[in-house]
Amino acid sequence: MQQRPGTPNDRAHQPLSTRIDRWQRRAAPYLFISPFFILFAIFGLFPILFSAYLSLQVWNPVQGLGTMRFVGLENYVFLLDDPWFWRSMSNTIWIAIASGLPQHLVAIPLAFALVMGVRSLRHPLTAIYFMPYITSAVAVALVFSTIFGTQFGVLNQVMAYLAQASWSAWLFGGLADTLPINWLGRAAYIKPAISILVFWQFFGFNVVLYTAGLATIPRTYYEAAQIDGASTRQSFWHITLPLLRPMIFFAVTFTIIGNLQLFDQPFILTGGTGGTAQSGMTAAMYLYRTGFEWLEMGTAAAISWLLFLVIGTLTVIHFYFFGRSGLETRE
Amino acid sequence: MQSTAVPPKEARQTPALLGGLIGKILLYGLLFFLALLTLFPFYWMFVLATHAQGDIFSAPPPVWFGDYLMRNYDALLARVPFIRNIWNSVYIALMATVTTLFFASLAGFGFAMYEFKFKKQLFAFVVASLMIPPLLGIIPYYLIIQALGWLDTPRAVWFPGMAGAFGIFLMRQYIASAVPKDLMDAARIDGASEFRIYWNIVLPIVKPGLATLGMLTFIGQWNNFLGPLIVLSSRENHTVPLALRTLQGLIQTDWGAVLFGTALAVVPLMIIFVLASKQVIEGLTAGAVKG
Repeated sequence: MQQRPGTPNDRAHQPLSTRIDRWQRRAAPYLFISPFFILFAIFGLFPILFSAYLSLQVWNPVQGLGTMRFVGLENYVFLLDDPWFWRSMSNTIWIAIASGLPQHLVAIPLAFALVMGVRSLRHPLTAIYFMPYITSAVAVALVFSTIFGTQFGVLNQVMAYLAQASWSAWLFGGLADTLPINWLGRAAYIKPAISILVFWQFFGFNVVLYTAGLATIPRTYYEAAQIDGASTRQSFWHITLPLLRPMIFFAVTFTIIGNLQLFDQPFILTGGTGGTAQSGMTAAMYLYRTGFEWLEMGTAAAISWLLFLVIGTLTVIHFYFFGRSGLETRE
Repeated sequence: MQSTAVPPKEARQTPALLGGLIGKILLYGLLFFLALLTLFPFYWMFVLATHAQGDIFSAPPPVWFGDYLMRNYDALLARVPFIRNIWNSVYIALMATVTTLFFASLAGFGFAMYEFKFKKQLFAFVVASLMIPPLLGIIPYYLIIQALGWLDTPRAVWFPGMAGAFGIFLMRQYIASAVPKDLMDAARIDGASEFRIYWNIVLPIVKPGLATLGMLTFIGQWNNFLGPLIVLSSRENHTVPLALRTLQGLIQTDWGAVLFGTALAVVPLMIIFVLASKQVIEGLTAGAVKG
């Protein structure tokens, strides 16, 4: 650290430049980190507190601040009785599971195969899987809305081909009756369509996380297992999976928090409406429409708090069941 | 990270665990098939961007590039001010990147190289703020921007996030591992102020970390949709994703033009990614791996 001055008397007699120098040295770290805290106070903390306050009001912003009226928990009571709110919540959780679970079920073995079985092509393959993650969700959702087209969408055309071609009909023939599927028009297919897009866009991110996790497992463990006569599958179940648990825990946490806030993909695929019978409307979309289309700012703020509550609860449950044991193996 | 991550030399020379020629062929077949599935939508986007609306909606669909590219471009410009929209996106992404690089490295430097009161708690606070769902404050965010008179201006998008917690975390880790503390004392003896140490000594050393953070910030801001959707209303001020959304919302959607626009939205990031995929991937996963 710095040299201490001898006595207080000395300090007073020091030249001004020395005192300035000492001051700038002491203040420097606080000055350096202060921009974050100032900006967070204005654009992070204040909005959270204000949205809690707002959720207890009825307010249409067009009519000015003066028309804000305190209504207590009325917004929450309304929402808990609102079928659209429940539908958007269950849609969100449906899509979160249907797109999230397969991501991990595919990404873990895939990362294992990449690390164990592939040498030179490991990096280019990983980069390809990862590419959708860095592209604009709006752009890829638009591309997917042409892929999902009923009459001319390439997905339906490929499925129609598979259903009638001689080599694949035994497996896909059963599809013939349901084709062509109206992916984005029929209520039953909108959530699967959104989930397919979300899976496609994010599974590569998890592959990358898991390859990074696998790289921390010493190869000698596998060699010892091999000497003892263990098969690759046994190595996977008894070495890889247990040691990968901390990474699985982190990756699933990302998926929970991210998927429950899903907005861009369902918004574009359903043209901003939520689709037939709101079957593609996520909670984030409902929040957006309530606030910015119907201008019910108080209700929208209440939705954001209820959504936060759901995210928080699920994250805590996840921590409780998997977090501690996951973190212990990491020590 | 565990110190055992690097195996001894002889271990690395042992053959791969998935043995057998057939197994190898099956494995590669599967991996390549998945890679093709991943790449297909991009390929499809480029193919359709070169076709007329009528060809896109035909069976069987076109599978190779057509000659309608320039006319789709004209159709795109007839519907939205797309050149202007690209400029808006570039401007917002660059402003976000430059400011984030400065404030995040400065704060990262503060947390990495100094000892001060409440440092631990303050850093824990920065990291904890990453866990807050951004949706929670979205309504008041709009109201603040409105109160500041910033609605429909670029700074409404880039200003609030310019000292982001993720960047600070990333730079703290990087600076702590890359900058020796002795260097600080040596510079002080030479009479350098603390800010000068940051500017003249630390910044040049952490250039690779800045490059990674810069790319991540640019990519994130280029793709940002919900924020701009809320605060940017007029078409001249739209960013690229908003312009694409506008095209989709028109009564007669011209899909050739839409897909030409999406291609323009995706290509810059593809170029960045092809040039620096390793850095992008490592940067984005650094938080999780080190966490």
